[in-house]
Amino acid sequence: MPSARIPRTPRLRGSSALVAAGLLTLSTACAGGGGEEEVTSLTAMDYNLAEPQNGTTATMLKECGDQAGVEIERDAQPRDQLMPRLLQGASQQDLPDLMLIDNPDLPQVAATGALLPLDEAGLDTGGYYPSVLEAGTHEDTVYGIAPGVNGLALFTDTAVLDEAGVEPPQTWAELRDTAAELTEGDTKGFAFSAIGHEEGTWTFEPFLWSNGATLTELDSPEAVEALELWSDLVEEGSVSQSVVNWSQADVNDQFLGDRAAMMINGSWQLPVLDEEDLDYDVVPLPVPEAGADPATPMGGEVWAVARNGGEREQKAVEVLECLLSDDNMRQWAELNAYVPAKEELARQLAEDDPRMAPFVESVPTARSRTAELGEEYPDVSTAIADAVQEALAGSTSAEEALSQAQQSVPEN
Amino acid sequence: MAARIGFLAPIVAYLVLFFGYPLAANFTMALREYTAASFYTGDAPFVGLANYAAVMGDPVFTTALTNTAVFTAASLFFQFGIGLALAVFFQRHFPLNGVLRSLLLIPWLLPLVVSGTVWRWIFDQEYGVLNQTLLALGVVDTAVPWLSSTAMALPSVTAANIWVGIPFNMVILYGGLQSIPAHLYEAAALDGAGRWQRFRHVTWPLLRPVSAVVLMLGLVYTLKVFDVIMVLTQGGPANATQTLTTWSYSLSFGELDFGLGAAVGNLLIVIALLFAVLYLRGLRSSGPAPARERR
Repeated sequence: MPSARIPRTPRLRGSSALVAAGLLTLSTACAGGGGEEEVTSLTAMDYNLAEPQNGTTATMLKECGDQAGVEIERDAQPRDQLMPRLLQGASQQDLPDLMLIDNPDLPQVAATGALLPLDEAGLDTGGYYPSVLEAGTHEDTVYGIAPGVNGLALFTDTAVLDEAGVEPPQTWAELRDTAAELTEGDTKGFAFSAIGHEEGTWTFEPFLWSNGATLTELDSPEAVEALELWSDLVEEGSVSQSVVNWSQADVNDQFLGDRAAMMINGSWQLPVLDEEDLDYDVVPLPVPEAGADPATPMGGEVWAVARNGGEREQKAVEVLECLLSDDNMRQWAELNAYVPAKEELARQLAEDDPRMAPFVESVPTARSRTAELGEEYPDVSTAIADAVQEALAGSTSAEEALSQAQQSVPEN
Repeated sequence: MAARIGFLAPIVAYLVLFFGYPLAANFTMALREYTAASFYTGDAPFVGLANYAAVMGDPVFTTALTNTAVFTAASLFFQFGIGLALAVFFQRHFPLNGVLRSLLLIPWLLPLVVSGTVWRWIFDQEYGVLNQTLLALGVVDTAVPWLSSTAMALPSVTAANIWVGIPFNMVILYGGLQSIPAHLYEAAALDGAGRWQRFRHVTWPLLRPVSAVVLMLGLVYTLKVFDVIMVLTQGGPANATQTLTTWSYSLSFGELDFGLGAAVGNLLIVIALLFAVLYLRGLRSSGPAPARERR
């Protein structure tokens, strides 16, 4: 009487980790797919749930699937669910054929060995920014390619700056002065996200890097100086202490609500800002001294292909080539205010849309967050975010906070 | 005999599958280096107690443990205290009693994400209604950084959680009060007991079994509170509101180190079990007493 028996437990192996964390009780176990017969359908997973990305992703996948002669089942997950779902899939040896992953998360997935090396698969990587390819690289192998990338820049409220008669700041010293000058009544001069996870870290990284510090030596004087700039801005009242709880979307809301005259944010906020009646400028991030090189982290998601067997992989690469075609890349970039991953297309975009110019400009020098640390990056990212919060919200000095963070950096 | 097994089978199967298995898996996972790669390769090297050592050696551990203790103790104390006061208050007959009592249930009925978001607005440093009010009344000179300072964040989050928990305590305690026979109060009054003495010598002892249940359930709920903290501060700033629960989550799903996350989860289970044992022992020793009185 097999039906009366307790269901065999090995089927639940994949979800065990999630359940075991004591927080989620997922009992879904995906059925393994794939056979020897001809491939007629592929699966894809992404986290583009907001419009217009949601619709665009669906349409593009459908069109590219049609071209390759396969039907694509798309599964869109909330952002923070994507990695757990991918890991769950990985444990069943059943990853989606195509997945769109945030680039700092790529090494974690690539380290499992579940991803197809794209250069080996014959994907043409010509014409891409080297920095874009770098962001999809793990241990010298390209596993992911971004259709478009994004970065950070300084957004300024034109009306407020004009009224005060100041120019957008270009150096740290100018930033400090301008932020203080623009702080008046309910309006703070400046805002950025210092929230306790990757969003806060990535906003801080341009300051860290442009001052010459690295992610492996967090207690260097250069790093301390960068954090001191932030904590001074908060201490002087030019930046609200609440930034420790603000995501980038919250920062954007503050800017839209006239409660911050300047902000650091990403290019993807352009469509959001354009929906409102607000005159703003976008300029490159201020650097420590005039003439110094800006260094922003490379942002954006990369498409990766799972090792799901010859035929499926081949079809998936075919679909990926279509997704990364010039037309699709341009459309994707325009709709979402991303910088196209190919240099030529990006240059055209900068000419057509001057507000995108600072972002396009930053791409060649943009750094991969995971280049130095690989799969250790998330650990260090958390430590940096904690140090930033410690310095901004607590009584700890920047030096002390960063020397604590340094303990999370793996030694070698 | 066969029938007995037949009746037991479903519940045993359920417990083994949905309770025993995850629990066992959690214990074994905590003994392994279980990372993102382990999911795909199925290869999670056995590391013995290294995860526990790593977790306990982490400076965040002490913070999280203290926060959990403070958060739980303060939540229970105030939830129970205020809940009991309200329950006693609503025992009296007055107009709109029922309506008011129902209204007080609202915090309990609201999804925690909703009430959490509202609290976030209330606590907002610049524009929150709390600071605006305090400033207007002249109670404080400068805006208090409720959620954005490491010193204030934990008390603020705890306050929000207390608000959420009061109705639960009130409802159960109110039910407990209703079951105390009125003639005991009459007898006590005839013997010359004042209001306080009646509470102290009639209500309190007869309410003890109910109180114990409320506190035990409250303890378990509070230990695993997750959503309130996640919505308000996400454990920040700088781990100031990090509890064992949120830390376990961020280790597992933020840093994708499931072994460490499982170790923290297990410690949490052990703590809850410890109190469960205390509760059971307490029940045993105090069990017969109320029964005798009730006779």
